[in-house]
Amino acid sequence: MSEDQLVRLLAATIAMGTPLVFAAFGEILAESSGVLNLGVEGMMLVGAVAAFIAVVVTGSPWLGVVAGMLGAGALAAGHALLTVTLRADQVTAGLALALFGGGLSSFLGKSYIGVPNPAPFAAISVPGLSQLPILGRSVFTQDALVYVSYVMIPLGWWWLYRTRPGLHLRACGESPGTADAMGIGVVAIRYASVIVGGMFAGLGGAYLSLAYVPAWTENLTAGLGWIALALVIFATWNPLRLVFGAYLFGSVEAMGFRAQVLGIQANTIVLRMMPYVATLTVMLLLAFWRRRLAMPSALGLPYSREQ
Amino acid sequence: MTRQGIRGFVLIALLAAMLVPGDTLAQAKPKVAFVYTGPIGDAGWTFQHDIARRHLEQALGAETTYIESMPETADAVRVMEQLIQKGYKILFMTSFGYQKLSLEVAKKHPDVFIVGTGPGIGLAPNVKTMYGRIWEPRYLTGLIAGKMTKSNTVGFVAAHPTPGVLPGINAFALGVWAANPQAKVKVVWTRTWYDPPKEKAAAKALIDAGADVIAQHQDSPAPVQAAAEAGKYAIGNNSNMAPFGPKAFLTGPVYDWRPLDEANVKAILAGQFKSEDYYGGLSDGLLSLAPLHEAIPDSVKKMVEQARQDIISGKLQVFKGPIKDQEGTLRVPAGEVMSLKDITSTRWLVHGIDGPSPTAQ
Repeated sequence: MSEDQLVRLLAATIAMGTPLVFAAFGEILAESSGVLNLGVEGMMLVGAVAAFIAVVVTGSPWLGVVAGMLGAGALAAGHALLTVTLRADQVTAGLALALFGGGLSSFLGKSYIGVPNPAPFAAISVPGLSQLPILGRSVFTQDALVYVSYVMIPLGWWWLYRTRPGLHLRACGESPGTADAMGIGVVAIRYASVIVGGMFAGLGGAYLSLAYVPAWTENLTAGLGWIALALVIFATWNPLRLVFGAYLFGSVEAMGFRAQVLGIQANTIVLRMMPYVATLTVMLLLAFWRRRLAMPSALGLPYSREQ
Repeated sequence: MTRQGIRGFVLIALLAAMLVPGDTLAQAKPKVAFVYTGPIGDAGWTFQHDIARRHLEQALGAETTYIESMPETADAVRVMEQLIQKGYKILFMTSFGYQKLSLEVAKKHPDVFIVGTGPGIGLAPNVKTMYGRIWEPRYLTGLIAGKMTKSNTVGFVAAHPTPGVLPGINAFALGVWAANPQAKVKVVWTRTWYDPPKEKAAAKALIDAGADVIAQHQDSPAPVQAAAEAGKYAIGNNSNMAPFGPKAFLTGPVYDWRPLDEANVKAILAGQFKSEDYYGGLSDGLLSLAPLHEAIPDSVKKMVEQARQDIISGKLQVFKGPIKDQEGTLRVPAGEVMSLKDITSTRWLVHGIDGPSPTAQ
């Protein structure tokens, strides 16, 4: 493999991993506060379609980002209302959200299928850095949203693990009763985490319709939201490990077609199963080592003060 | 639910049932329903069918309806039954996977006519299929690709290795080599009909491997967009995809179902329905090329037009021996021409194509 080919493979890996980075990071926020939101696929789809409609109407990709995040955030707020205030079953509510988001996005996007994106995010080479061999050439020749993800992850990790608000958020996921006794507003924090988490899922969807594809079609995410959910477990709720997992998934996708071009008789059906096989493997390992992995103790449990 | 509640519910259900209009009376207007596998969108296979549907409304005053994104599963049978119940006696089932299901439904409803898309699967007295000799225009696009490539590498983003796709790729490659014997033809399989992110990734992989003209058998314009972004040329599929990359889009095979659909409905109304696997092509106007890119030199345009006429007249046979497959087995002996039946049951790629063989898939 020549250097050029390697650079392009790495660049494609990052591009394909980025929607997963956004969506899974959002889910880490929600789950760390104790709320499981299985509706990632639906929120990504609504984010993608809202972003696309906004860019077609306004011609500004950044307004598209805003619309995508707000759209998915609104959906997530519904989930928060159901699960935090009304204490509905989080699994059921999340699944309903996934299905509802899928249907809603199809409905909203009906007249936007096949419409060209008037202003997609284009690749920007970072001066200097993009000249560096291999890594520089692949990491620093991406579009603006990928650079956002580069900044977001370390910042998100720092915020979640090294600041007081981050600690409060995790406290709500570990032991909401204790957090409440300490005077932390569990309900407010869970609401905020679910909504902001949903906004990141929307950003992941918006990345697809604004930068990666960049267009709208029904079911644009094609299951990425479910992979993002699995990635959260794969990364054991750590944003830094998440990046590794997301790019691993990205590389499997990017490798598939390149293997074909290089004349490797890889079975495409088997290759397309790989992300799911990897997910199942991690789930299996998790079943054995659950205690050693940092799963939020109160994940999935509704909190009420009386209990 | 309380007993009273149930009673109320039953009452409301009965009232609602009475409000639904009874079976449609003898209709002056033909009622025609279309079932699509994908969304209509702005381009592609389903979009072209929908143009024909709207044409039937205008040309024949037909009352039409359509179902989008219908999976090719037993669900389709349920939908067909519903359509028939609503009085739609002419059904256009616009995808391969519906054909077996159509045959089931047709048996139960001898008064319903079904125009399907899966040749070679089976027919019934009230079922016919229509399909295009897609290899004819693909050969023409191959000529253009062969002339327009500067890197001498042409890519093809392919959907599924089915007999509906393989002859098209073979014809494309033969066209490329007829125009440019030095050119390489690389194929990548996506195993999707309509999945823009995947199809774009596949096109990118081909571009990264040096291809500067990207052809496709996909229903999405994603490969055209990938080529446009990379500053390469693209050849579309099914409909005019120029809006997705005006500078990239060289041309592409375009389906026009209007005349055939109209003829079919007229024949049914006149009691002259003919059950057959019908193949249309360049000769009857079912297939043509989208307007050619202005960058294509006149000499190439002339060559393509000549080839088009020769295919129509039968002077040019796309699949003329000797043709070997990828493994080197002689598939068509020298001097022989493939029959329609052989073409439409192709399970191999022509010798010289770079890419996984369909049997390895």
